[in-house]
Amino acid sequence: MGFFTDTSICIGCKACEVACKEWNQLQGDPAKFTADSYDNTGQLDAQNWRHVQFIEQVPDNNGVVFTPTPIAGGQAWLMMSDVCKHCKNASCMEVCPTNALMRTEYDTVYIQNDVCNGCRNCISACPYGVIGFNEEKGIAQKCTLCYDRLQGGLQPACAKACPTESIKFGYIDDLHTAADARLANLQKQGYAKAQLYGRDEKVYGGLNAFFLLMDKPEVYKLPNEANATLPSRNNLPGYVGGVATAVVALIGGLLAFRNGRMNGNNNNTTTPH
Amino acid sequence: MPPAEHFASPPQWEWWIVGYLFFGGIAGGSYALGTLLRFGGDARDVRAANLAFITSFLALVPCPIFLTLDLGQPLLLWHMLVDTSPGGGLAFKPDSPMSLGSWALLAFGLFSFVSFLGAIAEVGSFRARSAIARILGGGIGLVWNAIGTVFGLFICGYTGVLLAVSNQPVWSDAGWALGGMFLASALAGSTALLLLLARSRRDVDSDTGVRLETADRYFVILETILIVVFLVTLAIAGTIGKVLGVWIVLWLVVIIGLAAPIAMVSRGAARRWPPVAAPLLALLGVLALRALVIFSAQI
Repeated sequence: MGFFTDTSICIGCKACEVACKEWNQLQGDPAKFTADSYDNTGQLDAQNWRHVQFIEQVPDNNGVVFTPTPIAGGQAWLMMSDVCKHCKNASCMEVCPTNALMRTEYDTVYIQNDVCNGCRNCISACPYGVIGFNEEKGIAQKCTLCYDRLQGGLQPACAKACPTESIKFGYIDDLHTAADARLANLQKQGYAKAQLYGRDEKVYGGLNAFFLLMDKPEVYKLPNEANATLPSRNNLPGYVGGVATAVVALIGGLLAFRNGRMNGNNNNTTTPH
Repeated sequence: MPPAEHFASPPQWEWWIVGYLFFGGIAGGSYALGTLLRFGGDARDVRAANLAFITSFLALVPCPIFLTLDLGQPLLLWHMLVDTSPGGGLAFKPDSPMSLGSWALLAFGLFSFVSFLGAIAEVGSFRARSAIARILGGGIGLVWNAIGTVFGLFICGYTGVLLAVSNQPVWSDAGWALGGMFLASALAGSTALLLLLARSRRDVDSDTGVRLETADRYFVILETILIVVFLVTLAIAGTIGKVLGVWIVLWLVVIIGLAAPIAMVSRGAARRWPPVAAPLLALLGVLALRALVIFSAQI
């Protein structure tokens, strides 16, 4: 099961954020004034398991003449309801030392609250900045894809609340079919930059929450294929580098003490008694 | 090559973790030094070796405390070792450096503690336990210290691998260099600390101090090379800017810490500076390097 989020029809109403908070009893972060965006949620974290990104690509008005410049296929405003991607190859699951992060029967990634000890290694690993640390509970938290609702035969709260059906929930194969059709339609209309993100295996083996984007992934704070790398890529090189250093250091240490001993012995033999 | 782009949130690892990286490095490095002195040096180095084993265990004591205090759920530290999720068993994940490190810390604790007992028996604090000292003085001791050194060196370096096995800027960009850099830095810091302690005790042979100074210079050279490699990898990744700017102050402390043991080779400098200056500056540099790596990536 998963999400297909079609950003081309997201209107930034934040109904998904509200529904998510209401169902999951998240109190939200204190309101803040960012001064440079209509986005007052900020980012995904322990209190925001859905976050509607407002990507305002309107050129600055320098006080001379304001000429809107079409940037993203004719769109100066982009919106995307961001969420945990429930990656098939999940970085967070790789590094979690306690096995608090598990894969459910729905193929989603779930944090077991009673197992997590709040080490925050998953936060360090998640390439999307999805997981946040809940200061009150002392554990890491993120979207569960409404695991409890799924068990009750309901769809996730955000998908249920989305008025434009930008967030679609269902079986991954069905969502892939719908996404392919929508992309073909947009491209036919001339939206050259429209693309699917996480539809195929190039990004973390495929995402169970994938997106139709109207611009490059980086614009939406999503790593592109070149940057979508698993933490484990540094495991072997890291240990090899450490072992090589240890060997060189031990040889150096032995040389220092052995040379010293030989010099010391020489000194002993030459010193008159 | 396009610069690496990172959108990961910082894990908010702060001073407890910096403290662990520092003391863990000193504990592991001191143990390795103790082994080198015991089996690479001669009879005159035994007292310094004992001092190293004692230092190793004392430096290790705060490590689990720091790690526990850093957890959001400190009482669930044991979840690092026991899997309490359905299915259960031991929580051992070779792909997770934090999991490996937890087990290594436990194992190293045992080796460090026994060697500590052996060392204090030899220096006469606990004569009743001198049997341990006798056992550790022979072939079994060699094997024991060798295995302990493997764990000790692992403790020195795995923290760098742990940071690299992430998607954080700086840490993940450094790739293979971070583990080696931490290890070399830990050995240099441990040697500096041992020099500091050795100079405060009359029963440590002065020749041992000279050998330690030589070893220290080797470790400092190795550390310097790896710091350069670290910076080059960041430059290639396009994230070197993260460790510059305000962090220049900490870099200065690191550079002074690296330069001090080398500068002391010069007789003029050795006369002008008190003998404890170079080891103290070196230790400060080791701490600064860890603070720099931890904080620069997260801000």
